[in-house]
Amino acid sequence: MAFQHLAPFADSLVSLLAIISLLLSFVMLGSRWLKNYLYAFALESWAIALISALMGYYGGFPELYFIAVLTGVFRGMFLPYLIWRIIRRLKVNRELQPIVAPSMSMVIGALLVIFALIVSYRVAADVGLEATVVVLALTVMLSMKMIGFVILSVRHEAVGQILGLLVLENGIFLGSQILVPGMPLLIEMVILFDLLIVVVCFEVLVRYLLSQVGTTSSHDLRRLVG
Amino acid sequence: MKGALLLILSGAPLAATLGCLLMQRRQAAEMFNLAAALAVFAAALPLPFLVGNTGDAPAFFWGHYILLDRAGAWVVLCTAIVYLLSSIYSVGYMRQLKEEAERLPRFYALFAAFAFTTLVAPLMNDVGLYWIVIELTTLVSTFLVAFERAAESIEAAWKYIMVVSAGISLALLGTILLYWGGSFVLGPSYQMTWSALASAAPGVNPVVLVLGFLLVVVGYGTKAGLAPMHSWLPDAHSEGPAPVSAMLSGALLNAAMIGIARFLAIMRGAGLGPLSGTVLVVFGILSLLVGALFIVRQRGIKRLMAYSSVEHMGVVALGLGFGGTFGVAGAFYHMLVHSLNKSLMFFGAGNVMRAYGTKAIGGIKGVGRAFPVSGTLWLAGAVAITGAPPFGLFFSEFTIMRAGLTPQMSWAVYAMAALLIVIFIGFMNHFRSMYYGPPENDPAEALVEPDRWSVLPMWLALLPLLVLGLWWPAGIWSYLAALAHSLSPGMP
Repeated sequence: MAFQHLAPFADSLVSLLAIISLLLSFVMLGSRWLKNYLYAFALESWAIALISALMGYYGGFPELYFIAVLTGVFRGMFLPYLIWRIIRRLKVNRELQPIVAPSMSMVIGALLVIFALIVSYRVAADVGLEATVVVLALTVMLSMKMIGFVILSVRHEAVGQILGLLVLENGIFLGSQILVPGMPLLIEMVILFDLLIVVVCFEVLVRYLLSQVGTTSSHDLRRLVG
Repeated sequence: MKGALLLILSGAPLAATLGCLLMQRRQAAEMFNLAAALAVFAAALPLPFLVGNTGDAPAFFWGHYILLDRAGAWVVLCTAIVYLLSSIYSVGYMRQLKEEAERLPRFYALFAAFAFTTLVAPLMNDVGLYWIVIELTTLVSTFLVAFERAAESIEAAWKYIMVVSAGISLALLGTILLYWGGSFVLGPSYQMTWSALASAAPGVNPVVLVLGFLLVVVGYGTKAGLAPMHSWLPDAHSEGPAPVSAMLSGALLNAAMIGIARFLAIMRGAGLGPLSGTVLVVFGILSLLVGALFIVRQRGIKRLMAYSSVEHMGVVALGLGFGGTFGVAGAFYHMLVHSLNKSLMFFGAGNVMRAYGTKAIGGIKGVGRAFPVSGTLWLAGAVAITGAPPFGLFFSEFTIMRAGLTPQMSWAVYAMAALLIVIFIGFMNHFRSMYYGPPENDPAEALVEPDRWSVLPMWLALLPLLVLGLWWPAGIWSYLAALAHSLSPGMP
């Protein structure tokens, strides 16, 4: 039997945190200031860490406490620190040429959440769990995924793109904590470390971009076509 | 025995990486990498024979984290061949990059590390670990693509890591959904192995399965260069050094393809074969279409080869999608011959680019006259890569087409045949202009044959290709038939 029933109190706490994470990804979508992305991302990671801890406590998966600590430390502190270093090096603190105005991207995000809700409701109804936290978990997971893709496609700045990628990962991680809390510990840990390597690689590449190409905006990366 | 071979397979490149980093000397780094490539090849060559003899049961190592089955052994062999050929080639090629001389040890360290990740990826028994290793291949190869530090290379590397990381995160989402689906059957906590997912799949809700499968195909399809997720591929393949392009095309794409093949097998086992097969057929035809369009109008020599990789991954996807013994066996056979052939093509392209000092097809004239040996080898490779007899690719493409001749799929076979003809014409037209175009009017340009290190791997790639086209060993066919059988459960 799959893990699906939580006590009502735990259920509402987890739902609250999931919705907070979703709102924070809207903050990232709507703001032009790179610092704001960063704070929103750090907070989002902390919300996910709390979800892990709650699932560990109420669901009876003690190993999730460990994951919660790792998530808080790595995603909530270390990754934001690394990205803060990149921002400092770049001396850019806001998105200069957004393709789509922030208000418009918020509207797109809202539409995507509705789409995600429809898909999740359909999936959850098919497995007979339409009145549980599963619907919300799937919705938040899919919408954060799509919002991440929107961020990736409307942002030019390297940092904005990296954070878009991290939102994609956060969405998956959040969903997996609620849907499959029993996932082998090894996988979750390796995914966390993998993320760390990704960000370090990005840092190096940003340095190359600055020194060799002279720009960190993908707007100017258009030598290779056809 | 098999355990020891696997240890060599994974240990040799890692040791070479360490050696290159510690010694920091060019000659030492070349030798470490070459020795590792030879060891890997020697270890990978007997693997299919050893696996083929043990019946149907795949072997597990190191606490079920390593799976050695027929498909894995085959793809590892393909990777080992490309690694050996491109290691030989890179000795000659990289020495000519005069300005990078002191960074060469780092190049070989990264190259061996990249080989390590592509070699172990097909052997992962855990679906989550497979995802991570595929992600690692991206991270390592990004720096190989950016190695020359030109603005174009860094742009290509940035696009590569961005597009592929974003794409592959979809595969992780799909994997999690499939695991979630499996938890309704196997309970909340179980090992995330291929066999566990396969055993759970028949009991999982089809909506969850299909959603997960689509996400996984789009995710790993990005990595495998299936259109329309291929946008990173021409950039990364054309801007990296030639041996890196060969590894990306001949080794990395297969490592991502085997994941798709395994997920497809899970879907077939769950009785969703026709739907999921059609998904792959559609991606395959799209890749052929994109390949054909961009090959015909292409101006860059390595981009031409890159789009040809998109095309050939499309052919592999078609084979997997058609399914059955012919389809799957043809697809895996195609992986081998494509690995050989595409290495040859990138080596030739590297030589020509180096000699003429340009990446543009328009700037290259009279290759046949200037390079009687390597030019002829390259031309033979071009004939082979377009699927003309008597080379191996003709046979594999023919087998795949035969697999598709069913009432439901025959439209795809006709489309495939038409697109392959278009690609043949377009590809050979570029070679015609490079070989028989009007001669350059400055005869002062002294073009010399590339050195032995650059020509030897071309021979080593072309000869097996010719042999595999003329002689179809029964042993390989029974091996591939058994492989196809194990990857298509629920089929006659």
